[in-house]
Amino acid sequence: MAAVEQALTIDLRAGARARRRRLVNRIAEAIAILAAAVAVAMLVWVVWSVAERGASLISWSFLTGDLPIPFSPEVGGIGPLIVGSAIVVGIATAIALPVGVLIALFLEEFASNWLRVPIQLAIDLMTGLPSIIIAIFVFSALVYGHAENGVAGSLGLAIVMIPLITRATQEVLRLVPSDQREGALALGASRWRTVVGVILPASLGGILTGTVLAVARAVGETAPLLFATGIFGRTLQLNPTKAMPNMPVQIFIWSESPDPLDHRRAWATALVLMTLVLVMSLVARIALNWSRRNTTR
Amino acid sequence: MSTLPAASELTGHRRLRDWIGDRLLLLLTAGASIAAVALIVLIALKVLRSAHLAFSAFGLSFVKSSAWDVNHKVFGALPGLYGTAVSSLIALLIATPLALAIALFLSELAPTWARVLVGSLVETLAAIPSVVLGLWGILVLGPIAANHLEPWLSRWFGWLQVFSGQPSSSGILIAGLILAIMVVPIIASICRELFLQVPSELEEGALALGATRWEMVRGVVLTSSRPGIAAAMILGLGRALGEAIAVAQVIGAGWTIPTSLFKPGDTLASKIVEEFQGYSTKLQLSSLFYLGAILLVIGLVTNLFAQLIVRRFDVYRTGAR
Repeated sequence: MAAVEQALTIDLRAGARARRRRLVNRIAEAIAILAAAVAVAMLVWVVWSVAERGASLISWSFLTGDLPIPFSPEVGGIGPLIVGSAIVVGIATAIALPVGVLIALFLEEFASNWLRVPIQLAIDLMTGLPSIIIAIFVFSALVYGHAENGVAGSLGLAIVMIPLITRATQEVLRLVPSDQREGALALGASRWRTVVGVILPASLGGILTGTVLAVARAVGETAPLLFATGIFGRTLQLNPTKAMPNMPVQIFIWSESPDPLDHRRAWATALVLMTLVLVMSLVARIALNWSRRNTTR
Repeated sequence: MSTLPAASELTGHRRLRDWIGDRLLLLLTAGASIAAVALIVLIALKVLRSAHLAFSAFGLSFVKSSAWDVNHKVFGALPGLYGTAVSSLIALLIATPLALAIALFLSELAPTWARVLVGSLVETLAAIPSVVLGLWGILVLGPIAANHLEPWLSRWFGWLQVFSGQPSSSGILIAGLILAIMVVPIIASICRELFLQVPSELEEGALALGATRWEMVRGVVLTSSRPGIAAAMILGLGRALGEAIAVAQVIGAGWTIPTSLFKPGDTLASKIVEEFQGYSTKLQLSSLFYLGAILLVIGLVTNLFAQLIVRRFDVYRTGAR
């Protein structure tokens, strides 16, 4: 009887074991918070380093001026680099946007299962393709035996962008309510009218967001341009069949230089490039979160 | 009365237009898709064909040789394989625990505002161009590593071969650190999605049984997403193996197999970046393509492997629901 009474009086104070479990839990939580803080700190550190070292050179004449002659004490400018990057990425987008959307349409609207699997696999493999492989492919296919040209670089960037745009488009196509699709078909609209008149307008926002993210990625890609365009071009070039100087390749060249002034030029160019990339990806991400919130409601 | 024939004429026109439109759309979409498959095949063929000269000269022993001598016409891939493997391994060893902890913070611990804010910031880390990260690696991280990190490592762990020797501001260790920064957001964002997919009944069941949050995470969240974590790690590895520009900037270039991680080295990708532009013989160029072909095979295999796990995992998940 005494033993039962003793068992019924439960000790509500935490025992050593419970305290240890709680401590372990606390430590695990602290580590998780610390890890998140480390990641944010890395981002802040990198961004701040670039801003601090790059800001001093930034001026209107730096942004619009001509490239300096190598080893010249004049700072010069990066006008041709900005124009070159814009043209090369612009052509890449003009290729990748329609191709990426068409592939996504085929995968989501037309393909039968046995066709979808290999094509989806090809897109997934393209996403994981090391960009240096794209670089040597573009070199051997389009540059070797010819001269450096902007179009070759654009094609390399398009190979980077296509799977990104396809993925983003596929995601929004899946979000288009099947009522809309079936409603259009039930009204007697043909397949292509349904796609052009209903499905594409409904997913336009998502496609644009995905494209902006792909452009943000392409602007900073160095490897696909390295052997295609940018080493030999030194002046403002508007003709994409010639070598076009561009920001990422020039940052790479300046970063490898022993000249401290080249390092400063590299930091300033990196600041311009990074601002462009971060603004684009931030805007796209905000739009993405906003539209997601709207669709889930 | 006169509207009737006009209407039938209209439907006739429309039917023809729809017939053409449907065929055209199918043709365009199918054409683009087949072109994508063809492109992957073409890339593989082109790289392999360009590597043919080196392959017929050295065969498979190219992989075992550490020579790289343009004048004596001997080339080998071993130092690059070593540098690629070691730098990626360092990246994965650092990035995986960090990324898992971040993903757990984002999925289990953080209040909504922190989830959105920290989540976007981690994704932004992935958006920094690799050439900018490489620049930061040479000029900011390199000197810090040479003056503080490496002396500290060699003081405490110098008895290990890998942490011995003269500190240097460019080398395999720094390449691994830079790769870790690139890989963390990849693993973290995949794992966050995985952890959010864990059925909340299981999580709440564990908590109801009296488990602490950490015990619930260890017993339920981590256990049920193990294959997905493996896939995320492999995808991160794929990124690390193939990164060329940032590694070329920080690894310091050296076709050797150094015993110390502080010493310069090379990866398959960084060697291509360094020598491709200034190649002097056809055999050298072809050998660089051979390095590229090895990288392509490794890259495709790791990706296929990760896709396989993800697919099986997806099936398992949707089946379980």
